[in-house]
Amino acid sequence: MTLPAGELAGSSSPLDSTEAVRPPTRRPLLEAADLTVYHGQLRALDSISLRVHPGEVYAIIGANGAGKSTLLRTIAGLHHATTGSVRLDGADVTGLRPERRARLGIVMVPEGRRLFGSLSVEENLKVGARYARPGPWTVERVYETFEWMRDRRDQQAAQLSGGEQQTVAIGRALVANPRVLLLDELSLGLAPVVVQRIYGMLPQILATGLTVLLVEQDVSQALRVATHLQCLLEGRTTLEGRPDEVTADQVEAAYFGLAGTASIPGEGSESSWPG
Amino acid sequence: MAWVNAIIQGLLTGGLYALFACGLSLMFGVMKVVNLAHGDLAVVGGYLAVGVITVTHIPVLWSFVVVVPVMAVVGYALQRTLIQSALNRGILTTLIVTLGLSMVIENALLQFFSADTRGIGAGMTLVTGSVRLGSQIELPYLLLLIFAVAVAVLLGLQYFLSGSSYGRLIRAVADDREAAQLSGADYRHVFGIAAALALGTVALGGVAYGMYQNLDPTAGTDTILLFAFVAVVIGGLGSLWGTLAGGIVLGVAQQIGAQINISDELLAGYLVFLLVLVLRPQGLFTRRASS
Repeated sequence: MTLPAGELAGSSSPLDSTEAVRPPTRRPLLEAADLTVYHGQLRALDSISLRVHPGEVYAIIGANGAGKSTLLRTIAGLHHATTGSVRLDGADVTGLRPERRARLGIVMVPEGRRLFGSLSVEENLKVGARYARPGPWTVERVYETFEWMRDRRDQQAAQLSGGEQQTVAIGRALVANPRVLLLDELSLGLAPVVVQRIYGMLPQILATGLTVLLVEQDVSQALRVATHLQCLLEGRTTLEGRPDEVTADQVEAAYFGLAGTASIPGEGSESSWPG
Repeated sequence: MAWVNAIIQGLLTGGLYALFACGLSLMFGVMKVVNLAHGDLAVVGGYLAVGVITVTHIPVLWSFVVVVPVMAVVGYALQRTLIQSALNRGILTTLIVTLGLSMVIENALLQFFSADTRGIGAGMTLVTGSVRLGSQIELPYLLLLIFAVAVAVLLGLQYFLSGSSYGRLIRAVADDREAAQLSGADYRHVFGIAAALALGTVALGGVAYGMYQNLDPTAGTDTILLFAFVAVVIGGLGSLWGTLAGGIVLGVAQQIGAQINISDELLAGYLVFLLVLVLRPQGLFTRRASS
């Protein structure tokens, strides 16, 4: 009520041209705030927050056991957070089951592919499309993007190679037309050359305006596609920023938690650990 | 000729056993639950048919129109409440909970219907009559009908599971329920549907049993569950057509045993069961050894 409506209206036309130049004050599409997750006694995540904006490729890197996958699984609804919240486009989804979140557009490609092994390639895609939101991706479009899949649509998923399975798993997530696509360790268990190929085709998929939150142990692959970077160590954030803002040394220090890295932002106090 | 007749009788009885077994196999295949109350629920279906026929005077064979949907709803409700909450505590808990359910049902049936046996459609030509081929071979109408129903049920299930989009979802959930959740599937509901199918089919088995033999409150565990279990193990866990094959093997073994000595009927069936467990524990008709 205190805002003078006239001033807003009057200011709108001169500002129109500068609108695009102004730094975006957009609402994040996906927001996790203060997430703490326990695996039994172990604190796997220690009040982690992140904000993923539309069109971003947000990469979470970190060593084994840093809590990356736990973070992604918590956002997908597979883990229960002790504290904190997850919001999709402003709406709180913290209390929702994974299937509800998937239907709202938080779709995850799980670690280790997790295809329906006894189903055919096409059946896997159709299951992915069953609760799909409306959008550009269809089973047909996946076939257009990955030509080999059409020829082998009737093959049992369990018989595919690891790289092929990973591609089908991505296709299965795409046909749901996610608002945010969560990619959990695409490189896990795959030969380096296959990992290269999968990350090589990501930009083509991302060109459709997809928002991605990915978790990756392989930092070089993550840096190839990321527009934003967050590094986890033992459940806490040790580094955050755009890939061009951080140096290789900073990333290395944040990744391994090397001593004497005072320059790293976001360093929490060690005393927060129990015991 | 008596042997040929025995084998044919056994083969047809296999249809009845397949009706007992396919629901058990389905529930194990989809949610890894061994429902120890499976047989008792079949008997409940049988008693329900008795009740429906007595009260409404509908033709005996039409009782399934009421019994199957009612038991399917019971199956869905049981799965969503009792069995799901047991599942949440681990697979072993489901064994204890369904065993308890079995006891509760059995004693409740004893309470309400006493230990007297009851037949369905006793005296009907369908139940007592048979086709004669030559002087030795006799094909009871009832067993022919039950076998045909069993084949139709299995065909229907097969078509539903492999051809329909909901069947595809059930198979996906059976493969990996967490991955199915990530694709938006509510696996609890899918489990409920699978349990509804399982109890719908075993209710048919219960009605068929009530016509073929006699219903009594203990038939659920003493006969139906046991035969279903044996048929499933012989045929291979999780394989639908395996349950028919397993049922036939069991039926034929029993009839051959009965030919040797009338008191060896059950023993012969269990000997074959043991033999299969020792020689081919994954079942006679499964391709995959596990998973």
